[in-house]
Amino acid sequence: MTSPGESHSPAKPTDQSGRQEPGTNALTSADSGGVMGDRVFSGVALLSGVAILVTLAFVAIFLSFNSVGAVYREEEGLILQQFLEYAYPLVIGTLIASLIALVLATPVAVGVALYISHFSPPRLSKSIGYLIDLLAAIPSVVYGAWGMSFLGPALVPVYGWLHQNLGFIPLFAGNPSQTGRTIFTAGVVLAVMILPIITSVCREIFIQTPKLHEEAALALGATRWEMITMAVFPFARAGIISGVMLGLGRALGETMAVALVLSPGLLTASLISSGNSTIPAEIALGFPEAPPGSVRQAQLIAIGLVLFIITLIVNMTARWIVNRHKEFSGAN
Amino acid sequence: MSQTQQQRPTPASVEGPAGPARQKVPDPSSVLRPTSLTQNRLPWWTGLVILVVSAALGAALSSLISFNFALWFVFTAVLYVLISYGVTRVKVNRRQAKDKMWKNLVYVAFIIALLPLFSVIWSVTSIGIPGLLEPGFLASDMQGIDGTTDQRSQEEGTPVLGGIRHALVGSLLITLTATFISVPIGLMTSIYLVEYARGGTLSRAITFFVDVMTGIPSIVAGLFGAAAMGWFLGVGNSLGLPLPTRSTMGITAAIALSVLMIPVVVRTTEEMLRVVPNELREASYALGVRKWRTIIKVVIPTAISGIAAGVTLAIARVIGETAPILVTAGFVVSNNWNLFQGWMTALPVYIFRQFQNPTSPNFSDPSHQRAWAAALVLIIIVMGLNLTARIIATLFAPKKTGR
Repeated sequence: MTSPGESHSPAKPTDQSGRQEPGTNALTSADSGGVMGDRVFSGVALLSGVAILVTLAFVAIFLSFNSVGAVYREEEGLILQQFLEYAYPLVIGTLIASLIALVLATPVAVGVALYISHFSPPRLSKSIGYLIDLLAAIPSVVYGAWGMSFLGPALVPVYGWLHQNLGFIPLFAGNPSQTGRTIFTAGVVLAVMILPIITSVCREIFIQTPKLHEEAALALGATRWEMITMAVFPFARAGIISGVMLGLGRALGETMAVALVLSPGLLTASLISSGNSTIPAEIALGFPEAPPGSVRQAQLIAIGLVLFIITLIVNMTARWIVNRHKEFSGAN
Repeated sequence: MSQTQQQRPTPASVEGPAGPARQKVPDPSSVLRPTSLTQNRLPWWTGLVILVVSAALGAALSSLISFNFALWFVFTAVLYVLISYGVTRVKVNRRQAKDKMWKNLVYVAFIIALLPLFSVIWSVTSIGIPGLLEPGFLASDMQGIDGTTDQRSQEEGTPVLGGIRHALVGSLLITLTATFISVPIGLMTSIYLVEYARGGTLSRAITFFVDVMTGIPSIVAGLFGAAAMGWFLGVGNSLGLPLPTRSTMGITAAIALSVLMIPVVVRTTEEMLRVVPNELREASYALGVRKWRTIIKVVIPTAISGIAAGVTLAIARVIGETAPILVTAGFVVSNNWNLFQGWMTALPVYIFRQFQNPTSPNFSDPSHQRAWAAALVLIIIVMGLNLTARIIATLFAPKKTGR
């Protein structure tokens, strides 16, 4: 934040610039039209900021405008029912894949963040952080290819075993997939992709834990783990939650990995047979073939709008928690 | 605290000199109890021994089912955590054992996180290299490559033809255009936030929604680009302007990518502008320099290395995006240098199409070979950009201590 005094400072040179000889100073020589320059520059800066807000609004407006065709048709009137029947399996599929990813990624991510902040040799911790950030740098289509060609086939025996021994649970019922291209594989790939996001948020928060709290716990005889549960976790709870929600937002919107890994199908409860689909995968697979202006395109844009709203809510909640927490940690 | 064995002797040793019972002990070395710092410690080699034992047991257990490395790793990790918990529990105490267990679990989590990283990089490199070494892979496009060419390559072993030149051109054009759109807007926004905003509602709203925008699904950005350009072209055509009728073209993809890129640029440049010392600004104002010239001549040059690094990272992020380009620019088999006319292929979309719709559906090996080689090229580009960003940030960083 700029201090209030600083923002007044350009007013003072204004009085002096008239008296100054032109060309006395390389920096002030071009000040003949100075007031204009200041106004134009600040105006452009303000405009850019507003343009971002307008863009976000336009995303919502354009998507709503273009998805009207999916819920309303001249000859049939309002067809909300039909759209909901189309949309709900996709929403459920998206949620299933994201939940699998969250359940798998959260413990590992918190563990990795703890390793970096409290367990690793201090000199190496920065490089280890970069190493984990590399996971975020790998393009999603490469993850998709990896999941399709490596992870899927590697998980086939696991699915067979789960089906044999736990087949009575609906999650593991049904024909186990022979290619491994199931919603569970997609969830594992998503877990790998959201791991660096959750890790980096948690790491930042863990590092901010007040040193005095940690040292007080250790001085009272706590072991390192007791120190972490008594000093670090209570301080970082909000940060962990928001990191998990940011990861959820990423998992919900991830397209290519799911589009490549999953062989899409109807909604089923089984995680180990092919079936289910997610909103982003459905759009990516369907949109290039949908003719412009058709009902199909409107339908795809409409589920895109649904996805946008879901991720917007998730992200806004996460950011709200982070921002609120920021104020708290300032008092520490 | 709960080390009761430790606390109990303390009163005894205080009373010890008073009572003659102490002197009964003949050997003075046995009187010397270990201090609380050295007592209850396992020798340093315990962990190593437990690791070897659990690795051997893990190998035995996993070969009972069917030996493979994944199973072996799982068994070894579980056994190591359990055995070291048990040993510490028996030899030391419960609290230390619990501490040890969680420490081991944290280490295991770290190893688990590294496995996919190495697995992805290893698989892409090992499968991608043969395709990359195919002559003309970088210099040719997919014009004239059809199912029969690929069938011959797979059945008779003729070289795999076709390459990624058109995809490289498309990626380059689309990403550069997106950069030219995003950097001015992003930089000016962060200047507004750092230099002009005074913590009012507007600046807080911008900061908040920029954060929210970083979480927009990339496919939604693509849909927005397609919808916005479709609307724009519709209005333009109805006014009789000479515009293309379909929105599928390179510039649409660039607009969609900008939606993803702007928030990243704002976040990184804002951070860099904030660390510019206020003294520099005040010195400039004191010389009578206007605010906008101060920003251009003092603030931005000081932060330029960080800004360049941030922009490079943003480019690295969007160059790997597939979904927004797929729905806005489509895919073609030949070169297209024109951003404003016709479909355009980007490298990630090329990879996706080669996997999803192989050129010859029944003979997919050549397509997969091309896709893996293209994935290797993409990873090299992205890693190179990340490395460049780090180098820029460290080499050209402003000196921390003046004079």
